[in-house]
Amino acid sequence: MHPAFSVIFLTTLIGVGQGLFLALFTVESYAAFDLLPKQDGRFYAFGSALALGFLVAGLIASFFHLGHPERAWRSAAKWRTSWLSREVIVLPAFMGMVFLYGAAHFTGYNPTLATLPSAVPVRLTLLLGVAGTVLAFALFVCTGMIYACLRFLQEWHTPLTVINYTLLGGASGFLLATALAALAAPEVTRFYAGWTMILALLALVGRTASLLRNARLKPKSTLRTAIGVKHPRIVQKAQGAMGGSFNTREFFHGRSAALLRQVKWIFLLLVFPLPVGLLASGVGMDSPIVMLIAFAVQYLGLLAERWFFFAQANHPQNLYYQAVS
Amino acid sequence: MTQLALVIDLNVCVGCHACVTSCKEWNTSGQAGPMSDFDPYGADPTGTFFNRVQTFEVGEFPNTETVHFPKSCLHCEEPPCVPVCPTGASYKRAEDGIVLVDYDKCIGCKYCSWACPYGAREIDEKQKVMKKCTLCVDRIYDTTLAERDRKPACVLACPTSARLFGDVHDPESEVSVAIRESGGYPLMPEWGTQPANHYLPRRKTKLRIHEDELVRADNPLKVDGKLPKPAKAEPSLDDVTSW
Repeated sequence: MHPAFSVIFLTTLIGVGQGLFLALFTVESYAAFDLLPKQDGRFYAFGSALALGFLVAGLIASFFHLGHPERAWRSAAKWRTSWLSREVIVLPAFMGMVFLYGAAHFTGYNPTLATLPSAVPVRLTLLLGVAGTVLAFALFVCTGMIYACLRFLQEWHTPLTVINYTLLGGASGFLLATALAALAAPEVTRFYAGWTMILALLALVGRTASLLRNARLKPKSTLRTAIGVKHPRIVQKAQGAMGGSFNTREFFHGRSAALLRQVKWIFLLLVFPLPVGLLASGVGMDSPIVMLIAFAVQYLGLLAERWFFFAQANHPQNLYYQAVS
Repeated sequence: MTQLALVIDLNVCVGCHACVTSCKEWNTSGQAGPMSDFDPYGADPTGTFFNRVQTFEVGEFPNTETVHFPKSCLHCEEPPCVPVCPTGASYKRAEDGIVLVDYDKCIGCKYCSWACPYGAREIDEKQKVMKKCTLCVDRIYDTTLAERDRKPACVLACPTSARLFGDVHDPESEVSVAIRESGGYPLMPEWGTQPANHYLPRRKTKLRIHEDELVRADNPLKVDGKLPKPAKAEPSLDDVTSW
């Protein structure tokens, strides 16, 4: 597939936003059970604003993918069948919930709605946070399933797609939360750093699993099934147009296999060991700047990862476009 | 239920591209608006087409065969492009099974083109909507046209009648009979899309001649000419007289 930068930015940016929100709410729910020190409302409010910023940036990026952005509202119509439509509904819903969560913390309007048997107060933000968490995971599932549900794109048609979107988004969001905590809530920095490393490790396992799986894929479609001629040797002599077409632009990445391999190693380096190493040294030196650099490095790596994700997928329609003439 | 479709006979397609040009001509001047071209007379022309004729070489020299392969939307009975559309712009008509795009609803997200294994959909770079073969839906029901003209433009243009058009759900239709009796097959059956369009395979007409049909069985001396006259009482090889 041809990697579209609009979609690369959309998926990586909202991944950071979702991960950051999950990180915020993780600390709040831990704090509600007195497992972590309670944080000031402004920490959550600023974190939510930052998460919302990433989500809005992702949403804006997605509009560049559309031929008719002014009709984007129509895309909520077919949520019964289309994962894209579901994403279009869940993304604004999640953004709204992040806004409410951040606003409740910012204004300090946080009444206790109920009390659990163990005398733990259930506050409004806790409920908003639970709803936001559900929506964040629903959004990961929707985003991943947009790709995983296309059964002929065999590289994508695996549960690993959804798992990796979730883990990579989570890891980048938690990494940003670590830097944020180093600036605003130093007591939870190590907690975040630990979870960032766990998530990055899990993401590395998941992504490596998908790389290994894809390396062993055998294409189901061949030129024999594509044109229905049973012969081991079929060579295309003409594709019907010499100047290229949508079919030659949209489904080919147009780069060499060598560059693809390079990008793979680059993102494997930039997403996993490098930011984790930087994060460890940042925590050791107690330097938020190093942590922010770690986040920036990982985000660059995620862009490469997403580019590779698209470029690696081999669409069966390419069988019909092997030779110009 | 009706399922209109094309049946394309690869045995008689000569790869003349008449279906491509007639399709472009009809649909670019039709009510659905132009199929935009860019740089049509320049070095790098490109544009929107509903139909293409591709050419494949099968086999290794000297035993090669050229297959001309017209490719357009197959109007799948289980179209994977329809459920993925977020707006409902891509739909399959219940009454005749034609898969269509509502250009007024399409947001140009290209997701349906990703979901089509055949590459049948193309975005119109000017109108920014997804376009594809409509089976000339604005023509086949046009009662102002003569009955014989109510067929897709490509079918009418084909000089070798390689393209048949009809209802593949009607077992007695021309297309159903062709599929049934000439070995019609769908493309990429492995994805379960059940394309309505079918292709008829290349066929070789072979005449089987046995050895004894080349040599006169009743000529034991292998000498051509008049046979020696057998005695009256003598039975011939076939137990008949040879004159």
